[in-house]
Amino acid sequence: MTTEAISKKSLFTPFNVIAGLILALGAVLTVWRFTQGLGAVTNLDNNNPWGIWIGFDLLCGVALAAGGYVTSSAVYLFGMKKHHAAVRPAILTAFLGYLFVVVALNYDLGRPLRLPYPFVVQSGTTSMLFEVGLCVALYLTVLFLEFSPAALEWLGYKRLRNTIHKCTIALTIFGVVLSTLHQSSLGALYLIAPSKLHPLWYSTYLPTFFFVSSAAAGMSMVMLEGWLSHKPFHNVMSDEYLGQHDDLYYGFAKGASWVLLGYVFIKVIGVAVDNEWSMLASGWGQWFLFELLGFALLPSLLYAIGARERNLKLIRWTALLTVVGIVLNRLNVSLIAFNYHLPSEMRYFPSWQEVGVTLFVCTMLVVTFKFIVTRMPIFYDHPEYKDEH
Amino acid sequence: MKRRNFLGLMGAAGISATLATEAQAGGNIHFEGYPGSKGVLFDATRCIGCRKCEVGCNEVNNLPKPAKPFDDLTVLDTERRTQNEAYTVVNKYVQEDGTTVFRKIQCMHCLEPSCASACFVSAFAKQPSGAVTYDESVCVGCRYCMVACPFEIPTYTYNDPITPKVVKCDLCDANIKAGRIAVPGCVSKCPKEALIFGERDELLKIARNRIEAAPDKYLDHIYGEREMGGTSWLYLSGVPFKQIGMREDLGVQSGPELTSGALSVVAMVPALWPLLLAGVYGMTKRTDKINKKEKADAVAEAIATTQDKAKADLKTAMERAQADKEATVKREVAKALEEAAKAAEEGEKEEEGA
Amino acid sequence: MHQIFYTLQDFMLYTKGWAYILMGTSLVVFVAYWKFLFGRDKD
Ligand code: SF4
Ligand code: SF4
Ligand code: SF4
Repeated sequence: MTTEAISKKSLFTPFNVIAGLILALGAVLTVWRFTQGLGAVTNLDNNNPWGIWIGFDLLCGVALAAGGYVTSSAVYLFGMKKHHAAVRPAILTAFLGYLFVVVALNYDLGRPLRLPYPFVVQSGTTSMLFEVGLCVALYLTVLFLEFSPAALEWLGYKRLRNTIHKCTIALTIFGVVLSTLHQSSLGALYLIAPSKLHPLWYSTYLPTFFFVSSAAAGMSMVMLEGWLSHKPFHNVMSDEYLGQHDDLYYGFAKGASWVLLGYVFIKVIGVAVDNEWSMLASGWGQWFLFELLGFALLPSLLYAIGARERNLKLIRWTALLTVVGIVLNRLNVSLIAFNYHLPSEMRYFPSWQEVGVTLFVCTMLVVTFKFIVTRMPIFYDHPEYKDEH
Repeated sequence: MKRRNFLGLMGAAGISATLATEAQAGGNIHFEGYPGSKGVLFDATRCIGCRKCEVGCNEVNNLPKPAKPFDDLTVLDTERRTQNEAYTVVNKYVQEDGTTVFRKIQCMHCLEPSCASACFVSAFAKQPSGAVTYDESVCVGCRYCMVACPFEIPTYTYNDPITPKVVKCDLCDANIKAGRIAVPGCVSKCPKEALIFGERDELLKIARNRIEAAPDKYLDHIYGEREMGGTSWLYLSGVPFKQIGMREDLGVQSGPELTSGALSVVAMVPALWPLLLAGVYGMTKRTDKINKKEKADAVAEAIATTQDKAKADLKTAMERAQADKEATVKREVAKALEEAAKAAEEGEKEEEGA
Repeated sequence: MHQIFYTLQDFMLYTKGWAYILMGTSLVVFVAYWKFLFGRDKD
């Protein structure tokens, strides 16, 4: 085989081909969106002002990027020090998650160039969205700083890297504060619309529901990523990372199981305080129970069994189930049970272009992740900084 | 750009410090709205569905002419909502007994607007005049106002790629302030006086009088008096409001009230979480330190004990060696003495034998 | 500071503005105060 053939072969892997196609499609959609307007590419209308770019990209994106604050606080604050090898991958995913949430947001905003207006021109301090925007902006900065040591080690800027490394604890605490705020505020966005969101999902506890479930989502996401990255990035994983990996699974499985159990209870309390028992028998009620029992109670039990029996495979599949459950919950609140009162022909369903842009954004995330972990010290320690932590 | 934002209010607070006659602060405060603010009373028993109000609105706001002309009343056969090109529409509702009742839709100009509460650049504002106005020059286009509005009023120019904006009725505030008209365009066009423009307090009185004068004709309810915290646009009807497409399940809590609970928790999080988390961190660190110290002590002790033992061993070994040596010496001496004694004995024997 | 607010919305706009400023301040103060509090501790 000639060298040319080899390089060609390594370039046209199935991953690269599919990613390339999606990126090309995304480029076309981007031009389309920004030259023809939202109306040309989306199914949004006056009754349904928010579609999957908010319901999936923003709500699910932020919830699933919760792995960053969960892992860093577990390791640095709550003393799970032996798992410090898991922090960097989690921080990186969170950082990229938030970064691409903001990218996706720019597609959805009518006037994306005005994104900084709430902070520099005029602040609507009564708005939950102001709170979300402020926290996401600040948290993105915090995640960038938390991630930067890896990049700086790679680039060789020792001084700067050490200065930032010193702030780890402050950054971690700040990160938890900001995450608590905006994870819950995403739920609080819907507090203002009790007449549009189905009563079973609407609750004054919405912020609490969102925050608590984000913790379970974060842990599950860390496990899921570990599982998915294992094969493609095995060669860049340190023995330390690999050695602690199983142990991390058991720890996080127990944590997620515990949190999910609490989540189930507060959801039931939500039904009780609004006296919505009778609604559980309706079609919506069954859908609600399906979500609650199948995607919160069941994973809680499966995690517990997996952790007791040291069954890695079960834990991994449960992580996937939990992630799907969180996505389902966010979509229920933002799209499925939202505007439940409208006749079906007035309900929203995403256009293929909206799905395309979402896919495009996800693909960019995966490609960037791949680029970074194959170059920077993410799954292993940089030899020069091995003994710190 | 009207600066009705926080900083603007801070400035205003400074100025009005000299003018104000009463202070507002503290917990259990209640807001009555702007005194003398205007509104409109719509009486569904008088509306004949002629769509003249739509014409009036279209004219004063220079909106594009619709595809079907305004005098085409077949338009009423399908239920419509507000559009970018129509700030107001009239709908027809056929009742069970076959009679028809009409209702006009437009922004309700809430006393505590949900749209204003939701907007993160504070583009909406309740004006002293009663109107809820929208400032296009700051709008980012997030459309949260549309999610928030319980009456599903604001619309968005989705097809404008560069400068899309939110659109809704402004109670003709801009036109009235500019002196172009004195009464909203829709109101002045109504041939049946189904619409009256005036101070909200007065309108409430008129409405009550009408109900009292003809209790059989009217439902004993003024829609908008308390719905969503009250609206400047008020409705009277002879049939249940649900039957003319108005939601009866909105409740009386206003948008700002609905979010105020969550917003006050927000302030507690950055104030309390760091205390707790830093405390946890401090404890973790302390436990670590104690563990480390205990470990170090244990190691030191272990070393010390082994050293002692080694010393003791050495000592016994030395002692034993010493004892051995002494014993050897003793043995040697004894042997030497024995030998000497033997030799002497033998010498004696030899002497005896010679 | 005396300011007449006619609507809850305006009142909240004003008071929540202060709340945000104080939230930011608290975070900065916490860091500084922590340093002061534990400044003499040897690690
Ligand atoms: S009806 Fe809707 S748009 Fe009009 S003031 Fe009320 S919340 Fe705002
Ligand atoms: S779309 Fe504009 S007016 Fe509506 S909430 Fe967003 S920024 Fe405010
Ligand atoms: S008040 Fe003015 S803007 Fe509003 S519906 Fe009437 S004419 Fe149109």
